[in-house]
Amino acid sequence: MKHTISVLVENRFGVLARVAGLFSGRGYNIDSLCVGETVDPSISRMTIVTHGDDRVIEQIEKQLNRLIDVIRVNDLTQEDHVERELVLIKVKAENEKRRDVMEIANIFRAKVVDVNPKTLTLEITGDEEKINAIIELLKPYNIKELVRTGKIAITRGE
Amino acid sequence: MTKRSGAEILVESLIQEGVEAIFGYQGGAVLPIFDAMHEKCPIQFILVRHEQAAAHAADGYARSTGKAGVCLATSGPGATNLVTGIATAYMDSIPIIALTGQVPTSMIGNDAFQEADIVGITRPITKHSYLVKETKDLARVVKEAFYIAQSGRPGPVLIDLPKDVSAGFAEHKPLREIEIRSYKPTYSGHIGQIKRAAKMIAESHQPVIYTGGGVISSGAAKELKVLVEKTGIPVTTTLMGLGGFPGDHPLSLGMPGMHGTKYANLAITESDLIIAIGARFDDRVTGKIDEFAPGAKIIHIDIDPTSISKNIQVDIPIVGDAKKILQELNKIVTAPKITAWTKKIKGWKKEHPLVYKQDGELKPQYVVEQICKITKGEAIVTTEVGQNQMWAAQYYLCREPRAFLSSGGLGTMGYGFPAAIGAQVGHPEKLVFDIAGDGSFQMNIQELATVVENELPVKIAILNNQYLGMVRQWQELFFNRRYAHTFLGAIPDFVKVAEAYGAVGMRITKPEEVVPALKEAIHTKKPVVMDFWIAQEENVFPMVPAGAALTQMIEGMA
Ligand SMILES: Cc1ncc(C[n+]2csc(CCOP(=O)(O)OP(=O)(O)O)c2C)c(N)n1
Ligand SMILES: [Mg+2]
Repeated sequence: MKHTISVLVENRFGVLARVAGLFSGRGYNIDSLCVGETVDPSISRMTIVTHGDDRVIEQIEKQLNRLIDVIRVNDLTQEDHVERELVLIKVKAENEKRRDVMEIANIFRAKVVDVNPKTLTLEITGDEEKINAIIELLKPYNIKELVRTGKIAITRGE
Repeated sequence: MTKRSGAEILVESLIQEGVEAIFGYQGGAVLPIFDAMHEKCPIQFILVRHEQAAAHAADGYARSTGKAGVCLATSGPGATNLVTGIATAYMDSIPIIALTGQVPTSMIGNDAFQEADIVGITRPITKHSYLVKETKDLARVVKEAFYIAQSGRPGPVLIDLPKDVSAGFAEHKPLREIEIRSYKPTYSGHIGQIKRAAKMIAESHQPVIYTGGGVISSGAAKELKVLVEKTGIPVTTTLMGLGGFPGDHPLSLGMPGMHGTKYANLAITESDLIIAIGARFDDRVTGKIDEFAPGAKIIHIDIDPTSISKNIQVDIPIVGDAKKILQELNKIVTAPKITAWTKKIKGWKKEHPLVYKQDGELKPQYVVEQICKITKGEAIVTTEVGQNQMWAAQYYLCREPRAFLSSGGLGTMGYGFPAAIGAQVGHPEKLVFDIAGDGSFQMNIQELATVVENELPVKIAILNNQYLGMVRQWQELFFNRRYAHTFLGAIPDFVKVAEAYGAVGMRITKPEEVVPALKEAIHTKKPVVMDFWIAQEENVFPMVPAGAALTQMIEGMA
């Protein structure tokens, strides 16, 4: 099962390498990983999407906690939370195809961020379902390039 | 405030941490540090002959004294030579501080002469590490490093010191305390869990206590003894835990696992409750995991949450310091009714003792037994890796914690001799034996120069079978006796080697020579190399083949 794990770490040189090394060294999967500063610039948040059975996820959490620079580990999957990802898609859109692509973009409230005679570049944010849906719909039009930020997430409520 | 050099700040910080000895080697990037130690420095410096030995010696010092051991090496090759020693300490949770020189900060990343990314290289084998970028950070980094290495589940911490940082200047005010917001080890066990454990113990019929290195590192040997005396539950002790419970105690079952005693493995297999204390269910202990103690409930006391339910599902986890938890447990625990069980175990002990054939040949087990007898089990024993290690574990009945030092997790050949150096430096008054193999000893044989120069009277007992014996044993059992590259034909004359270095060399080829030779070696105030020519194809038994269940024991050759 997929888990979204939110990790607060010291905003310090080398921390990302420790976290990434932990996953590779112990054979855990990283589906995506996002890092950014929090309101406190001395602390960064990593949002890691991973998958594994309960035992593996439990080990991942414990192993992350064991790193000296890790302040807190939260498995958001256990909590009510909002997830978002941002994706940029460069898709072929020539002649009559262009209108089709625009239509799909509209339905998904995607923004057109770059236009040229052969392609359109769309920006979409949403949860995994929405993102996967638009990618599937655009695939027949020939996606030239796809860039995903990876998921970020935040708990609901206070 | 007057400014001090980074090297001076480093040395002062080390003194403030109570460092008495440093094991290390010179080099370009550490020149300022050596210079700062050159005069009027209360720290004893032991110049080894290979940096690997510095790391192992720091480790042996730490294991035997309970204080962090310190090693120091130059950048690049000096630092990479430490790697095996750091990994060894990491696998066995030993607090060492590895100080490495580094090229100047302005040159890092340029493939400068003798540059190696040692922080990167050692990331998976250190508890934590630092690359110090400014001289002003040094005092804090040293303080944090010692705290991290020695607290919680101990482990090695590396501090990488660019040359301009140690040569640079900064104001220095010694730090008394530090606070690391992201690092707060749990020491006290959950009291509700401890109560549940006491209840489970009281209701058990066939319990076994299974202890590891955690008992030693938390200093819980006394509390463990109280628990055993209160409950009458027998104890099996892993390689890492030897000495945590007296090996000659009537309730001691010796070691479990691959080369454990048959009675320890039988007791585990038939138990209805395992009380694991500071042990981590290593595969060398459990054998085939699906058939490990099938009827047992498990209480697991460990300071490291990641050890719990990693290999085996636990019924009552208690995270915290073994000593503290046992103190609480001992207050409320009551004795279970286990007379039938202890009687059964006594029967097993009688039926399946550790044995070897005494047929006139010089047997390694006999040598170890005699070392144990003559020293009354009160020496500090280090081991190399292989058969020698297992014979030492089986036949040297260690009675005190911090007196049996062996590379358990990594299984590092070449560990024992430099570890003995560290132990002897930490305990100048004690007798220190390295129970060695001919292969392993040759991995750090150059340290003979170190013991001679520093007048460290360690005794090296080489159980010389002219083989990489443990590997040969596997070939004999599992590869049709095809001894591919395990015969060490060109073994040097160890007596002459010892003498060439200025140590004492002795050769022992017959059983009746063993005791007189040991007595003489112990009386000699010099380092002694004892070359025991043992029966070459002697095997370590019992043996549970890798991946087999604990009940699948081979007890001897047909
Ligand atoms: C550094 C290292 N290399 C290889 C091994 C694999 N290994 C384990 S035991 C052993 C043989 C050890 O030979 P020796 O020191 O003579 O001990 P014996 O088994 O003969 O007592 C080897 C090669 C190891 N444990 N460590
Ligand atoms: Mg050998």
